[in-house]
Amino acid sequence: MSQVLDMVTSQKLTYEQKVMSLAHAAEDTLSVLNIPEKTRYYFEINAIDDLYEGSAPYRPRYIMPDYEHLLTNGSEFLRIEPPEDIDELLNSLMIFYKHVPSITGFPVYLGNIDKLIEPFLDGVSDKKAKKKLRLFLNYLDRTITDSFCHANIGPEATRAGKLILELEKELQNAVPNFTLKYDPAITPDDYAELAVHASLYCANPAFCNHHIHQKTYPTDYGISSCYNILPIGGGAHTLSRITLPGLANVATSTEQFLYELLPDCLEALGGYMNERIRFLVEQSGFFESSFLVKEGFIDANNFIGMLGITGLAECTNILMGENEKRYGHDSEADDLAEQIMKVISNFAAQFPAKYSNISGGQLMLHAQVGMDYDIGITSGVRIPVSDELENIYDHLRHSARFHREITTGCGDIFPIETTGRNNPSAILDIVKGAFSLGSKYMSFYEENSDLVRITGYLVKRSEMEKYRDEQVVLQNTTQLGTSNYDHNHLKDRKVRGV
Amino acid sequence: MTTAPINKVMPLSLVDGPGNRSTIFFQGCNLACAYCHNPETQNQCHHCGICVSGCPSGALTKADGRVNWDPEVCVQCDQCIHVCSSNASPKVRHLTPEEIFEEIQKNLPFIRGITVSGGESTLYPHFIKELFTIARAHGLTCLIDSNGTTDLTSYPALLALCEGVMLDVKAWDQQTYQKITGGLTNAVVKKNLHHLACCNKLEEIRIVCLPGEVDAEAVISGIAETIGENVTDVKLKLITFRSNGVNGRLQNTPSPDDTYMQQLLQQAYELGFEKAVIVS
Repeated sequence: MSQVLDMVTSQKLTYEQKVMSLAHAAEDTLSVLNIPEKTRYYFEINAIDDLYEGSAPYRPRYIMPDYEHLLTNGSEFLRIEPPEDIDELLNSLMIFYKHVPSITGFPVYLGNIDKLIEPFLDGVSDKKAKKKLRLFLNYLDRTITDSFCHANIGPEATRAGKLILELEKELQNAVPNFTLKYDPAITPDDYAELAVHASLYCANPAFCNHHIHQKTYPTDYGISSCYNILPIGGGAHTLSRITLPGLANVATSTEQFLYELLPDCLEALGGYMNERIRFLVEQSGFFESSFLVKEGFIDANNFIGMLGITGLAECTNILMGENEKRYGHDSEADDLAEQIMKVISNFAAQFPAKYSNISGGQLMLHAQVGMDYDIGITSGVRIPVSDELENIYDHLRHSARFHREITTGCGDIFPIETTGRNNPSAILDIVKGAFSLGSKYMSFYEENSDLVRITGYLVKRSEMEKYRDEQVVLQNTTQLGTSNYDHNHLKDRKVRGV
Repeated sequence: MTTAPINKVMPLSLVDGPGNRSTIFFQGCNLACAYCHNPETQNQCHHCGICVSGCPSGALTKADGRVNWDPEVCVQCDQCIHVCSSNASPKVRHLTPEEIFEEIQKNLPFIRGITVSGGESTLYPHFIKELFTIARAHGLTCLIDSNGTTDLTSYPALLALCEGVMLDVKAWDQQTYQKITGGLTNAVVKKNLHHLACCNKLEEIRIVCLPGEVDAEAVISGIAETIGENVTDVKLKLITFRSNGVNGRLQNTPSPDDTYMQQLLQQAYELGFEKAVIVS
């Protein structure tokens, strides 16, 4: 129990962070999941990871409520009437968000926020709207103290979206992340350029390839947490990952890895995910008791299981052995990486996933971006920091190739020279080029920005300094981000621009 | 086959025109501006060989009176440029328009166009016309970055192929011009300014601002007078002098302060340059 006592007496955690940690510790005293011996072995060698999801799942990992439903029906449970003006809308959302659970204890998805707000702006001046939205955005940043939280804008230009972009530049908030669903055929250039410009001041928004992602589900999709592409009105039961380098370390040959080890480990991971989903759906009581289900904000049929992949780069390099051919730089290494991805996607296509109707009973692939304890394991299918390709176009072509198989979230992060602020259209051209080749998601921050993107979430460098200095910090993602930033040498990310 | 000396083809440029562009830097310039920030592009290598012995990677060799450069071996340390006493570079390739375009094609679909710069690209007007013809056939837009010393009224076909010219107006008074650029006259620059404005090919005007060396106030009002009502549409970049990369008498000169730059911006606004900006 000394770990629990450490939490209770910590001087680096806020009260809220202690409560969350204690709840987690309590959950982990249970062993309700049936985990076979072989699966335990893969956990031990660090080839499978449950990503701190807890040992007795009592809510889906990510929930994507249909907020439009709140606008038309209000909520009986929360005693909210359908809002009639902007004040009522923002107040209703603030109440509602508080009651959306997730793995983090906070809502990970805040809706297509511009679309929610836009109809309520009629007759409200920019100045008045900005004051209201400023209070709203600051409320979100100060009460959702975990930056695995996402709001979406676009693809159409809206006045609400424009006001939010202007405010974000000014407010320098880490929460929420914003993503622009971007489609050059729908999003006007000047609006997208405004988004690029904002991102070079506040690291928001990121750019999601709308043209590709809109086909992911029969329903509309949203971007949540750390770039998860999920169905609105549902979400993800679970996200567990295969940590490829852990598995490659025990391989006796490339052939043994590809044809024996990897399929065997994936089978174990799939079984483990199904076991989590089984407990959540059949035993936890969540779907029977939550007002979100009863009132139609979510539907059990709209949830999927996300199979995460991480460390493709290091795995490939381990298998390439001593010949120094490496991921991103040599075609032989990249061809091997593609073979690995094919094995994984073939597995996902044939493995029967429980309670995953909306994905046709399949697990869906996700480029998992890493954990604070990962050392020497690069996010998803990215090329390692400091080993990036010199030419950004080559880098993006490589990304497009390896984003292909991944359907529920995969992206790249680029720090940009300050001069980029003078010409957002240049960066937009690069986004257009990358998206036309199949790249799925891109984000930028200015090289000296206080706000930096860690793996997919934002943290302030100034807050990381405080945390390193043993001070209490408001957002728990500062704690995660600091280790990640240091372990993975994120300050050395290649800065792009000329 | 036509070739031109090429200093560099940059795949990505955020600063050389609207959108993302690949920039081709020609070697050789007919001016020698005291504030030039890439003076190594001014002259052609005369194969003295002073750079060869210091090359750390062995990329430079001398044979039959010529300095040869091996780009595969070069580590881009620029040691050769630092020791060169004639503002030249041994790292120059003589390429045809087709060869240049082969390199540019690798940057599709990430760029919307190309920009020719230098050195002084308009010293090779027929060459850039050929290059632009190929680029346009591939859907790319073309811009010229120029010091304005080539009389562009003589090249209507070239102008028709390009979206516009980014013109440096380095000084208004003739003597000031001679002192800062080493050039004889800025009469052609003024003629180009007028012509480009008239035919709607003036993409951008640039002034490098350094009080005591450049009569920026006179340049701003001179341009306004010359281009008339076009002032409202043209981008005017007031570039703050920086000593980075500068060789010679201005290499330790401090940059003008913000107050001065703001005064110039104010003057530009008053004269109707709605799109004037300071580049710091």
